[in-house]
Amino acid sequence: MAEPGNAIPDSPRSGGSPLPPLGGGLGRGSVESWLNAALAVLLLAAPLAAIGLGEPYYANLASRVAILALAGVGLNLALGYGGMISFGHAAFFGIGGYVAGILAQGAFNAAPVISWPVEVMGSDSMVPIWLAAMAVSGVAAVAIGAISLRTSGVYFIMITLAFAQMIYYFAISWPAYGGEDGLSITVRNGFPGLDTYDPLSFFLICYGVLMLALALSWRIMGTRFGAALMCARMNPERLATVGIEPTPVKLAAFVISAMITGLAGALFADLNGFVSPSMLSWHTSGQIMIFVILGGVGRLFGPVAGAALYVLMEHVLGGLTVHWQLPLGLILLGVVLFARGGLVGMVAGGARHD
Amino acid sequence: MTEPVLPNPVLPNPVLEVRGLTKSFGALKATDEVSLALIPGEIHALIGPNGAGKSTLVAQIAGQLTQDTGEIWLGGREISGLSVAGRARLGLGRTFQVSSLALEFSALRNVMLAVQGRLGSSFGFVAPVRRDARLLDPARAVLDRFGLAERAEVTAAALSHGERRQLELAMAFALEPKVLLLDEPMAGMGAGGTRALTKVLGAMRDTVPMLLIEHDMDAVFALADRISVLAEGRVIFSGPPDAVRASAIVREVYLGGEG
Repeated sequence: MAEPGNAIPDSPRSGGSPLPPLGGGLGRGSVESWLNAALAVLLLAAPLAAIGLGEPYYANLASRVAILALAGVGLNLALGYGGMISFGHAAFFGIGGYVAGILAQGAFNAAPVISWPVEVMGSDSMVPIWLAAMAVSGVAAVAIGAISLRTSGVYFIMITLAFAQMIYYFAISWPAYGGEDGLSITVRNGFPGLDTYDPLSFFLICYGVLMLALALSWRIMGTRFGAALMCARMNPERLATVGIEPTPVKLAAFVISAMITGLAGALFADLNGFVSPSMLSWHTSGQIMIFVILGGVGRLFGPVAGAALYVLMEHVLGGLTVHWQLPLGLILLGVVLFARGGLVGMVAGGARHD
Repeated sequence: MTEPVLPNPVLPNPVLEVRGLTKSFGALKATDEVSLALIPGEIHALIGPNGAGKSTLVAQIAGQLTQDTGEIWLGGREISGLSVAGRARLGLGRTFQVSSLALEFSALRNVMLAVQGRLGSSFGFVAPVRRDARLLDPARAVLDRFGLAERAEVTAAALSHGERRQLELAMAFALEPKVLLLDEPMAGMGAGGTRALTKVLGAMRDTVPMLLIEHDMDAVFALADRISVLAEGRVIFSGPPDAVRASAIVREVYLGGEG
């Protein structure tokens, strides 16, 4: 057949677009890559330096950053890349925490955690606990996501919030696992070949998991699934028009997102030696959201930057005043109003992932 | 003067067939017992004054709206109950009146997404798309065909209006559809753009049959093998361009003075 070939001239009123070609095609902004590397090195160097200076407490602070960042990396997959504004990720964070707490308690008491239909014994080892935390969070996310994704926009926000609050009140009213008082992990769970009570070892575990999750996020976003997910955020109608159903793509991303946040919850339980219903409360959902928004929505290392700033402010300003969240609020306001790309966007420019 | 009103002509093996499609919004019948057929190799234009029900009809064929009664068949399969994506997978390609693109993606990635939709494999979690020859090669070929090869790496947001139109068409084409539904492709194009796009569509005539909804009468008469006229939700006339031009009814309800 004939070759159409000839480009169509612009109509006079459309003219050239004012938008720059955001880093072009498939390339990644190199400034952002350097910033990401710097953040990764900084987070690793801080506790090493602290321990070298005889201040192991700061290693725990760095572990806290890594774990909260991990929760944010999970949420970022749903919120940043998939455009699903979940205000209920505390559900997964808390479920991960409770799975860790319940399994650890079972191992401590040498009693089965579940006795019917199959007997499930507890565990005092991190890896099986993580797998269980991710599995249970994932199953919860399938149910919550399948229902919530029937809605969008503000309804999606509200329904995810409602599910998380349901689980929160359930935890409060369930005396077997401490109810309002929460649940203690008497002995920190173990990891093969490491003393998990050593602050640096525990930090390295958290840091390793965080880096794995970041690598996974980055990898997934470069695949066909990632392309479909990002299109589902930008223009679901367009995605459907090329024959790809938006909802299953979003649901899969929501589940992966929840599993990562659930894993963070399990680590958080071990960090504190304690699981409380507050991990499930909407404050926690809001906090995880703040990490993502502060650091940069849909930016790979956004949650790392966001969680680091949050924990630093909590520590430094929290030592000066109980009202430390006021300056945090002001910073958040500034980021939302003037720097939509968050901290990462302020340094690396406005380009999102392409 | 008597008119040959042929609302439901008997045609050989239509690739797309709409039978008795009705959709009401309250008391308003937006489409009223509409029957249409698209046969292989033809460009079938659908014209009608504003508010005639063209957009509602397109939305029903594409699957965004569900009809109250009636059926839609594509390639011998009823698609009336399928989702938008389900219809696209069966070979219904379309463009939008207002360009609908993944604006943060480059032109190339937009077309790659369409190729991915055609291949039906969106749950790949491992292989990176930027090295995926099964997506890249067909996408580059299609961009080249539609004169966008040099704009491949430009984000859709930065493309001009004409280029976005072209890109939408390229995406629809990359789906290798059985049928192409074109919703006012000339909208917002200048005279030069309309001429060029008319040429592009004319060249695609043998590749895929098209249902063309269009206001630009020059383009319609240049391209259409058959024209159906929609007024107040009904097909009031269907026939070859000459018959439409000559029709007193059509002139009265639609073409007005310009026919």
